[in-house]
Amino acid sequence: MDIISNLWLGLQTAASATNLLYCLLGVFLGTAIGVLPGLGPVATIAMLLPVTFGLPPISALIMLAGIYYGAQYGGSTTAILVNLPGESSSVVTALDGYQMARQGQAGKALATAAIGSFFAGTVCTLLIALFSPPLAEVALSFGPAEYFSLMVLGLVASIVLAHGSLLHALGMIIFGLILGLVGTDVNSGVARYSFGLPELADGINFVVVAMGVFGLGEIIGNLEHEASRTVMLKKVTGLMPAKEDWMRIIGPILRGTALGAVLGILPGGGAMLASFSAYALEKKVAKPAVPFGKGAIEGVAAPEAANNAGAQTSFIPMLTLGIPSNPVMALMIGAMIIQGIQPGPSVMTEQPALFWGLIASMWIGNLMLLVLNLPLIGLWVKMISVPYHLLYPAIIVFCAIGVFSLSNTEMDVYFMAGFGLLGYIFRKIDAEPAPMLLGFILGPMMEEFLRRALLLSKGSPMVLVTRPISATMLALALLALIAVLTPALQKKREQAFHEEE
Amino acid sequence: MWEKQMAQDNSRDQPKAAMAQSASAESGHAGGIIRGPKDFWTGVIYVLFGGLAFWIARDYGFGSASRMGPGYFPSVLGALLVLIGVISLVRSFIVPAEPLGAFAIKGGFLIILATVLFGLLVNRAGLIIALLALVLVSAAASEKFRFDWKATLGLIVLIAFCALVFVKGLGVPMPLIGTWFGE
Repeated sequence: MDIISNLWLGLQTAASATNLLYCLLGVFLGTAIGVLPGLGPVATIAMLLPVTFGLPPISALIMLAGIYYGAQYGGSTTAILVNLPGESSSVVTALDGYQMARQGQAGKALATAAIGSFFAGTVCTLLIALFSPPLAEVALSFGPAEYFSLMVLGLVASIVLAHGSLLHALGMIIFGLILGLVGTDVNSGVARYSFGLPELADGINFVVVAMGVFGLGEIIGNLEHEASRTVMLKKVTGLMPAKEDWMRIIGPILRGTALGAVLGILPGGGAMLASFSAYALEKKVAKPAVPFGKGAIEGVAAPEAANNAGAQTSFIPMLTLGIPSNPVMALMIGAMIIQGIQPGPSVMTEQPALFWGLIASMWIGNLMLLVLNLPLIGLWVKMISVPYHLLYPAIIVFCAIGVFSLSNTEMDVYFMAGFGLLGYIFRKIDAEPAPMLLGFILGPMMEEFLRRALLLSKGSPMVLVTRPISATMLALALLALIAVLTPALQKKREQAFHEEE
Repeated sequence: MWEKQMAQDNSRDQPKAAMAQSASAESGHAGGIIRGPKDFWTGVIYVLFGGLAFWIARDYGFGSASRMGPGYFPSVLGALLVLIGVISLVRSFIVPAEPLGAFAIKGGFLIILATVLFGLLVNRAGLIIALLALVLVSAAASEKFRFDWKATLGLIVLIAFCALVFVKGLGVPMPLIGTWFGE
């Protein structure tokens, strides 16, 4: 069995003392920053990214992955304890989780979230190990036409799955694609949109964009309504679910995991859509007596399992194709490029230790979350209790220093300020910034693949539809667009995002 | 934020609900012929940005489909963005939606100013002064921030932490004392 020897290699890599330490550090820092309200995984990873630059590639990626699920779990903790979901995928968790906390069952809700996440994480780590190799094999036969069409499909899917207006999601993607083109064109050497600034010759660093839009923009938005928040309780007790609770959460966790695993592979708000759909599904299949919205443990178990499953499986397209399915994966790809690794199907064959080490570390990281977080809950409660007006200046400090350290130039700090303003404006006009970041990462890649495809076909765009795989992907993209524009499906899509009412 | 977006999307399908919304939109500050201010301003941004991208890309050499010049992709994208912006503008005159809501002008200005100040000061005045400026200016954006002993202590700890971890520990080349005060 190849898979066992591969996973064994991965475990050996991931279980080395240094890598274990970085995994632990990542999970810990991720949770610590993720519990702070208003800081989602994207901002957390962007903020901590510069810290990993000095590490060897495998340690850096392991730490970043740890930060990712740490931040996710931290977001759920905040959702349960203060009804302030730190990120959109834990919005649903807040519904029943916060009610449970109000009824004195915060411990049980947190434990359920942790157990659900761990189970989903374990299953999905196995899924990644099973499905990545065959997918990477297929991807190795991809030519530029296939890659271009695949990216089109990915971007279209991210529009379909993004919430809010379709038109604006499309606009934001193109906005991001154009921003991604800033810098020297690889083919002609022309410095595009650089306005004579040498700092722009290499393009805008994606960390600058992410920190500006998701970090500063978010802070300005939060300052609009400075609500004071109260933490439900200072002491969380009664962690372990009782036997009848176990019976109640097994089904939801299984269903949530399955749903999340499938939705996570799709581009766009994978984890978020997963948690919303899982909650909707539970409402459909549960007995009428289950008090959803009033502290049903099922309503915590299912979305938590689903969003962690989605978070894990979103690694599959990133690892095998080098294509990000959400902004977090876009950041991971950026981190890989900074480390000198070109993401794509060849990573698995050329750097098996890195590839399998990262996968094995996901399971280890999830285990650490389960073991660490429940005992440390007192610390997280303390972190949540820090008032926002003391917190945000510190966040800006870390953003500013982080951005400065990217290439040690103050120009990046100015750009971050600009993107912060832009991010705030986007927030005000309901233009979702996540598709923009996807477009930003994919822009240069898409141009390059399209250029190569058309060069090979001597300028005929037909190459995109005459090659079967490419044609299939474009057809799927078209189908998805048509489907989402039909009234019946549009309604369904709204319902999926509308579950919280 | 969620409810707002859903309300906006619903208004497209349900004319009745939309009518009810338009009343509230017009009672807001967004009266007149612009019925969807969010669509309107998004459209304006798209048209301006896309137009600018297209305009600048004229200088880059369009090339041909078989040999895409550096201007090919940006021109196509710029034109697409203008198109989407125009659709959004048209929609803003037809589909009613809720108003923009108040802007956090003071907060936004101070946060951006604080960040820019940090950039200006970090090499010239040094990290310590740059951080002081960043924290004090950004904190002024909050109505709740009080400069008491707790905040002062926090500020000192934060600056010490940054100096130790980032400059000494991670070796980020930021001078603690900048060039203004001699080498």
